[in-house]
Amino acid sequence: MTSATKTADVGAPARPGTAAGGGALAGTGTLVRFALRRDRVRLPVWILALLLGTLSTANSYAELYGTPEDRANAVETMGSPAGLAMSGPRHYLDDYTSGAMLGHQMLGFTAVLVGLMSVLVITRHTRAEEETGRAELLRSTVVGRHAHLAAALSVAALANLVLGLLLALGLGGLGVDGVDAGGSLLYGAAHAAAGLVFAGVAAVTAQLTAHARGATGTALAVIGAAYVLRAAGDSGENGALSWLSPIGWAQRTYVYVDDDWWPLLLCFALAAGCAATGFALSTRRDVGAGIRPQKPGRPVASPALGTPLGLALRLHRGMLAGFGAGLFLMGAMYGSILGQAEDMLKDIDQLQEALERIGGTGIAEAFASMVMVVVAVVAAVYVVMAALRARAEETAGRAEPLLATGLSRGRWAGSHLAVAMGGGTLALLVAGLGFGIAGAASTGDGALAPRLVGAALAYAPALWVTVGVAAVLFGWLPRASAAAWIVPVYAFVVGYLGQILRFPGWMNNLSPFGHVPRLPAADLNWTPLLVLTLVAAGLVWLGLAGLRRRDLETK
Amino acid sequence: MTKAISVSGLHKSFGPTRALDGLDLAVEAGEVHGFLGPNGAGKSTTIRVLLGLLRADSGAAQVLGMDPWARAVELHRRLAYVPGDVELWPNLTGGEAIDLLARLRGGLDVRRRAELIERFGLDPTKKGRAYSKGNRQKVAIVAALASDAELLLLDEPTAGLDPLMEVVFQDVIGEAKAAGRTVLLSSHILAQVEKLADRVSIVRRGRIVQSGTLGELRHLTRTTIEAETERPATGLDALPGVHDVRTGDGRVHFAVDGGEVDGAVRKLTEFGIRSLVSHPPTLEELMLRHYDDALPAADRHGTGGERDARGAGGSDGAARGGVR
Repeated sequence: MTSATKTADVGAPARPGTAAGGGALAGTGTLVRFALRRDRVRLPVWILALLLGTLSTANSYAELYGTPEDRANAVETMGSPAGLAMSGPRHYLDDYTSGAMLGHQMLGFTAVLVGLMSVLVITRHTRAEEETGRAELLRSTVVGRHAHLAAALSVAALANLVLGLLLALGLGGLGVDGVDAGGSLLYGAAHAAAGLVFAGVAAVTAQLTAHARGATGTALAVIGAAYVLRAAGDSGENGALSWLSPIGWAQRTYVYVDDDWWPLLLCFALAAGCAATGFALSTRRDVGAGIRPQKPGRPVASPALGTPLGLALRLHRGMLAGFGAGLFLMGAMYGSILGQAEDMLKDIDQLQEALERIGGTGIAEAFASMVMVVVAVVAAVYVVMAALRARAEETAGRAEPLLATGLSRGRWAGSHLAVAMGGGTLALLVAGLGFGIAGAASTGDGALAPRLVGAALAYAPALWVTVGVAAVLFGWLPRASAAAWIVPVYAFVVGYLGQILRFPGWMNNLSPFGHVPRLPAADLNWTPLLVLTLVAAGLVWLGLAGLRRRDLETK
Repeated sequence: MTKAISVSGLHKSFGPTRALDGLDLAVEAGEVHGFLGPNGAGKSTTIRVLLGLLRADSGAAQVLGMDPWARAVELHRRLAYVPGDVELWPNLTGGEAIDLLARLRGGLDVRRRAELIERFGLDPTKKGRAYSKGNRQKVAIVAALASDAELLLLDEPTAGLDPLMEVVFQDVIGEAKAAGRTVLLSSHILAQVEKLADRVSIVRRGRIVQSGTLGELRHLTRTTIEAETERPATGLDALPGVHDVRTGDGRVHFAVDGGEVDGAVRKLTEFGIRSLVSHPPTLEELMLRHYDDALPAADRHGTGGERDARGAGGSDGAARGGVR
């Protein structure tokens, strides 16, 4: 952490010699310092968050699983295929100390985050710079052909090394049983290695497309594929698939169990290979262009694009598909452990009490009700983003030409709000389906599936109210539109944490989500759902009325 | 003739900034009306009020006989608008954006769309994020002109277009006029408006300071002439309408009022003209001279672009100046 800040503070003054040296790497040193200066807040926050998250997890393992019986329970839970898919290879379970738990449950997850950090660093300092035209300006000075990529890779490597070192020092100094200094050094190195691999991947994807969004998206898809491969390999009979995944390699160091260093060599080799490929590809393309030529799109619009609703669907479909897929997987993941919910939760006293307060016939149903709150909050995040899309279109200047046609403000904004409402409902449906199907399978109770789908859909009116709140802000206080985020944040704090922390009832009633019956544990009550629907309709009407009265904001 | 646009006493403030300060404007049906003014004078605000996107604080506006705020949608079906700064959807192609805008307006002429795309050299298969500013502008121009709107509201439509495309644009506007459409063309480049407009209104700080045909405005304009002569040119000062004469090194440099160019050039020929360059008057000079307008600091930023545009149209203007 400190070292990162110090390096960052070195800042702008460049040694004249750095840039003057010729060659493809000329100016790299200056660009590295420039990048560190630009990232002086961003990178320390990433590193600190990953470090503190890991340290507090290590601590809580030691507290939660203090006795051998606790650990044996944990082995039983995590040993199921679902448990292994969510964590890592089975071998960790042989000696399930706090350290082994860290390597098993935490490493795969943080490796994804370290990969994300690395991908964002590389794209931000290479492709995004080119896309905005800033790189062109710099390249016209004494800056070599490879300087931008070399500088971005250096910054990513530095960030990963600092993170690895801090993890090693932090974990080593924690004094938790089963977390020794040697293993901690490997644990840190495994993170750095995973980060370097994905930095290398991003160095390649940054050469492929002309746009930063495409470069980031492709690299993130590689991370996702790596995670899925290891999940499939670890939960199945043979682990061969896991050997195709860099995340799998990091986990196969069996850190704190066997402490094997050699799988990391695979990571370093792949990172170096990717980086070399990135440099090679960059010489085969023009500045600002991608290796893959831009695909020409449709020269004429499809009939569906002729209506405001068609346009809104087109603009929203990417985000809706992303949230839909994410919520389906989330539902399926929770559903797959529903059968083991009883075993998993009986050891956690606080959760147990919270679940008892929810009521219901069984602990599985109570657990399902609680999952629904999380699902509804995630769907609410989507709903707010979708509803605020109208505002984003307005401030970007794209609403102006539309509203100068025969399109009324009400139909324009109404289309975005309708997609937000329908999309939110759809997101609940797929989450409920994923949860229901996987839940029915893991509990062996087929009748549970439709009940879980219904339980998810019960939150739809609360989502509509959330859209209504965003609509009112958009119509009457457009500059304060972002305040709509309060709804999902408050719903999460009260609905999820409030169960554990026992907030008073009136705080729950302030949130639209607090009025939704907690199915499947509680009974279905239509009255609050109807009232919420009417409130939502009123809010949307009010918001559109405000929009019709105010000036359109133009650039 | 009936009025396509009539505006009186329009006021509009944004917080402490007064954008419109009692603006009056009359545009006859079937004419091309130049709407001239420096950046920040209130041109875009006026057009947005005419579109019903902004609500005027006070004053009256009628567009095609309708109140633009109350009957915006009905009105929009009969007009087309090209904003000065066109923003497109990053993931929609230019062709899709053209169709979308035209369909929402009530349909477009497919043959005309194809012809305009051809003439402007636009690639309709590129995504919005890949277009340059000039190409985004072309998308909006094609979408507006491919419809059969009776009124065209064009807010600095050629910003970002190269000189060749500007010529295409002038042709297209000429055809629109021939087809009987009304055009309100806002610009900060006098030379551009001169080529197209029947009548011109000059806006300054939210009010119209001058309105009339180009002939009526001629006295306002002053051409700059720079000549190289065989013998030193003398006696130019004495001619009517000639100002700021500077001589030396076989060259003479002076400004002459719009109606007096002929006399000045006749006089010059007496000294044997080796070369002759004339610059058309610019809006900036006009404002400075007639309104003693030390342009506010904010407008100064805009003059860079203005200069570029003037340079582009310069040779054209010089040729015309020589003939006159």
